[in-house]
Amino acid sequence: MKGCLAIYYREVLILKKKFFRQMASMSVAPTLYLIAFGLGMGRDVQLEGRSYLEFLIPGLIAMNSMTQSFAIASEINIARFYWRIFEEFQAAPIRNIAYVTGEVLAGITRALLAVSVIIVLALVFGVVLSYNVFFWLGVVLNSFVFASLAVCLAMLVKSHADQALLTNFFITPMAFLGGTFFPVDRMPPWVQKVLAFLPLTHAAKAIRSASFGLAPDSFSYLLLAGIGAVLFVLAFYSVNRAKD
Amino acid sequence: MIRIDNLTKHYRTVHALKGINLEVAAGELFAYLGPNGSGKTTTIRILTGLSRPTSGDAYLHGYHIERDALKVKRQCGLVPQTINLDHELTVYENMDIHGRLFHMPARERSRRIDELLDYVEIKERKESPVKHLSGGLKRRVMVARALMHSPGILFMDEPTVGLDPSIRRRIWSLIKRIQQEGTTIFLTTHYIEEAEFLAERVAFLDEGEIVAVDAPRNLMARLGAWALDEIINGEMDTTYFKDREEANRYVERQQGSFSLRRVNLEDVFIFLTGKKVLP
Repeated sequence: MKGCLAIYYREVLILKKKFFRQMASMSVAPTLYLIAFGLGMGRDVQLEGRSYLEFLIPGLIAMNSMTQSFAIASEINIARFYWRIFEEFQAAPIRNIAYVTGEVLAGITRALLAVSVIIVLALVFGVVLSYNVFFWLGVVLNSFVFASLAVCLAMLVKSHADQALLTNFFITPMAFLGGTFFPVDRMPPWVQKVLAFLPLTHAAKAIRSASFGLAPDSFSYLLLAGIGAVLFVLAFYSVNRAKD
Repeated sequence: MIRIDNLTKHYRTVHALKGINLEVAAGELFAYLGPNGSGKTTTIRILTGLSRPTSGDAYLHGYHIERDALKVKRQCGLVPQTINLDHELTVYENMDIHGRLFHMPARERSRRIDELLDYVEIKERKESPVKHLSGGLKRRVMVARALMHSPGILFMDEPTVGLDPSIRRRIWSLIKRIQQEGTTIFLTTHYIEEAEFLAERVAFLDEGEIVAVDAPRNLMARLGAWALDEIINGEMDTTYFKDREEANRYVERQQGSFSLRRVNLEDVFIFLTGKKVLP
């Protein structure tokens, strides 16, 4: 437990050092999406009985919690390949599970900050949604999935340059196809079947219905928890493999 | 104490260690000397839990490096060859995180940081971000950080590489002082004078094998006390003498240019392996 807290403390300290830069950076993409898609398409466009802006914001929350929790992979790789701080962790008397837990918690923390930024932006754009328990549960489970995936993949790459490939292959397709910008059920049936395999599709669905105050779909939450647990175990084994 | 039994490490086609056997006594300052790629860092990485051996065993204070990995890590301090400090953080924060990783309570961390920064004479830089420190100061922070949890064994991998001679000598004094206070030191180096000045015993490592282990004085005595370098047919040739008088008698018969000097560990390494430590 103490090892996990030490890892988490280090990540939070780094985050704190560049807090304002980080917050500004976290708000750029959502602001552009809100202006381009939200205001650009206008409040007249209706989706699922809501304005497009109201539809878009929960999707952006799902997408940003994914990208920000996954961004922990970049931090890990900088620590591993550039500063070589990963060796300091490996030489310490802490278990690999403590390392993975600390990094995943740091990823979730980043995601919660990014979500807070979007909630503030939504208020600026005049949109108030319901940020209830199921909303935050969806955000945390989504971040858990992608922070675990980030730790797992960060241990498998051989150089910092490979990091961009991970984002291109895993994150960008999901961001555009996982129900962020449009309802997945408007896609052809075969595409819907494919998209049902993406965790972000379920995260966007869960977060959107919670923020609209609708009854939660327990399947989405269970699926995210299940995928997160599997990826967490894989991350643990990846850290073991990272030792040459 | 450190005991290594038949340790090997293979990376695909490269045999980095080919069956190392070694014992280092508690409180000893032991130097591991060899050219780049001889297996020095690989040995330290295995002993400190950063790498897995292919076969063989090693024990630190009686604990097996793999079976008792966490206990072994509590015994070890590591100063790696490359600077691995968090450059965004201050000296204090770097050391504090190390203390947290070794489960030290808050009050003890704070006391130990002050004590160690005083010890390595950089207390006034406690709140400085690491990125603003010179190479020599970073090295001293790394030594202080490695000592945070009061390890019984300190592994130092090329601790003075890239430093200018005056700073190198300050680090040497620091290493001597740490050993005099009871810490076992296992040091790798390819600086001959570093091994001669610091080590009580030296192991010569060549292509993953130990070719000799002894006190520097004993190793050098194998060749004699004096060495005469001369160019014969365009090639450097060295002749060794057991004392100055024998060397002088030889010199009297010489006509070409030559230089007479004391035997050093480099001579012994070349004699044993046919190679130089520093290429």
